[in-house]
Amino acid sequence: MRNLDIITQNRNRSWKFTKNILTYLFLIILSIICFIPFYIMIINATHSNVEINNGLNLLPGRYLLDNYKRMSESINIWKGFSNSLLISIVSTLLTAYFASLTAYGFAKFKFRGNKVLYWFVLSTMMVPGQLGLIGYFQLNKKLGLLDTYLPLILPAIANGNAVFWINSYIGSSISNSLIESARIDGCQELKIFNKIILPLIVPAIATISIFNFVASWNDFMRPLVLIFSPSKFTLPVLVANLRGTYTRDFGATYLGIAISVVPIMIAYVFLSRYILNGLTIGAVKE
Amino acid sequence: MKRLKIKTEGYGYFFIAPYFITFLVLQLYPILYTFFISFTKWDGMTKMTFVGLENYNRLIRDDVFYKTIGNTWIIWIANVIPQMVLAVLLAVVLNYKKIKGSDFFKSIFYLPNLVTATSIGVLFSVILDWQTGSLNRILIAIGILKQPVNWLNSPFYTRGTTSLIQWWMWFGYSTIIFDAGIKAISNDIYEAAIVDGANRRQTFWKITLPLLRPTVLYSTITSLIGGMQIFDIPMTLTDGLGNPQQSILTMVLYLYNTSFKRNNYGYGAAISYGLFVIILIASIILFKFINRKSLYD
Repeated sequence: MRNLDIITQNRNRSWKFTKNILTYLFLIILSIICFIPFYIMIINATHSNVEINNGLNLLPGRYLLDNYKRMSESINIWKGFSNSLLISIVSTLLTAYFASLTAYGFAKFKFRGNKVLYWFVLSTMMVPGQLGLIGYFQLNKKLGLLDTYLPLILPAIANGNAVFWINSYIGSSISNSLIESARIDGCQELKIFNKIILPLIVPAIATISIFNFVASWNDFMRPLVLIFSPSKFTLPVLVANLRGTYTRDFGATYLGIAISVVPIMIAYVFLSRYILNGLTIGAVKE
Repeated sequence: MKRLKIKTEGYGYFFIAPYFITFLVLQLYPILYTFFISFTKWDGMTKMTFVGLENYNRLIRDDVFYKTIGNTWIIWIANVIPQMVLAVLLAVVLNYKKIKGSDFFKSIFYLPNLVTATSIGVLFSVILDWQTGSLNRILIAIGILKQPVNWLNSPFYTRGTTSLIQWWMWFGYSTIIFDAGIKAISNDIYEAAIVDGANRRQTFWKITLPLLRPTVLYSTITSLIGGMQIFDIPMTLTDGLGNPQQSILTMVLYLYNTSFKRNNYGYGAAISYGLFVIILIASIILFKFINRKSLYD
């Protein structure tokens, strides 16, 4: 009897061990699936078209500079890069300031219609983005703003998602007595916000800003519709045009894609903890 | 005290004013203006002519529009089901105490979601190129294929690829959301179940899954709203017209091509509102469906 027990115990233990190995194997295979297209991209960006045409490359090659030279002859990818950077930074800053201001107004001031208006802000988050795109294009045409960055940047002032996020943070972290005492000291309302409230809610602003930056950086349809001059194209629009520009030049195409992707990956190495934590706030009902 | 309140009341409006002015001018007005355009025939250059419901009449008889609805739904359903099933499974597995490095795996799984979708569409279009693409090379090298397959010339494979890319980009995101959902479930419930003799499988079906349902609902609805608007990948994966055989011509791609390539703004506006109605109805049905199910638990 005792022997049998030991045998089943061993069998259980070895089954558990195998199960663990299989689980890790599964997780590792999924990780490889997530990464392999990027690996192919980086590797092929360093190979000549002849090498890409003739076989599978698994190790880096020596043609990175050649590919870069050919790519630079017809498109200015760094211009696209700096255009995207400019738009994303300004949009993110606008959202950071005005979403905080709006959230503060809703969280700390009693006024008629506060609840209704806040509910209205939340409900606008459900409206699909391109519902008004045609009207938006025509509006900017009338205002003479087509082919400028203003129509890409200004809407950042009204970002319902950011208002919702910062509002809940202010509600839980800023006490009313703090505001009251500043008022008694004779501080003006806007000054209270700029000098006292804003520095205190930086953690919430930082997290939401990462996501706003990424969303603006990845935005494709609006710049595609609103910008016409190639020198003003954002990075996604330039990358989308790569295929048309280099129909058979795969080395240059891979390199162009890589230049648009690798900086994001580098930033992710440093920010992944904030990003992953930020994702889940507000997603789970507790 | 009373004076203070009166004084600050105006400031509330003052602080929320920039948001609402921007919203009214740059979001609400374009939405209403688009609605108005949907009752006109207009190329954006010549004079607008009012045509009443003609665009909507044409829309409900437009075979291409129905095809785009079908394409969009097929692409969404084919990725959302495996995505959600895998994400629940992964979230459960990553919460096992014995599994090390769960943060590392989560950050790898999330990476494709962070990268620009446009870049991913172009990247896959070159990887899947049938003569020089790496996919055929790999599959031939490991003996799965004998001849290269022209993936992006086949409606089935092209649609499949679009779903696969969507799955690849989003399962990590869902895993992270569900992981947080599981972490929010109180440990006491599991401990009580284990004291009562429940095994891992029973706790999964009786505790984890029912308590995770609101989170899954949230994720499915956001995925639906996003999935109905899919544009970047189908635009960049092939020729931008949704070919081969319009197999990845999605609703928004059709909207874009009609309005901004063919300058048919009136009809494009009608497509916008058709799309909006579909998203609205689908969200309501989904919400009711999942909510009612939980009543029986």
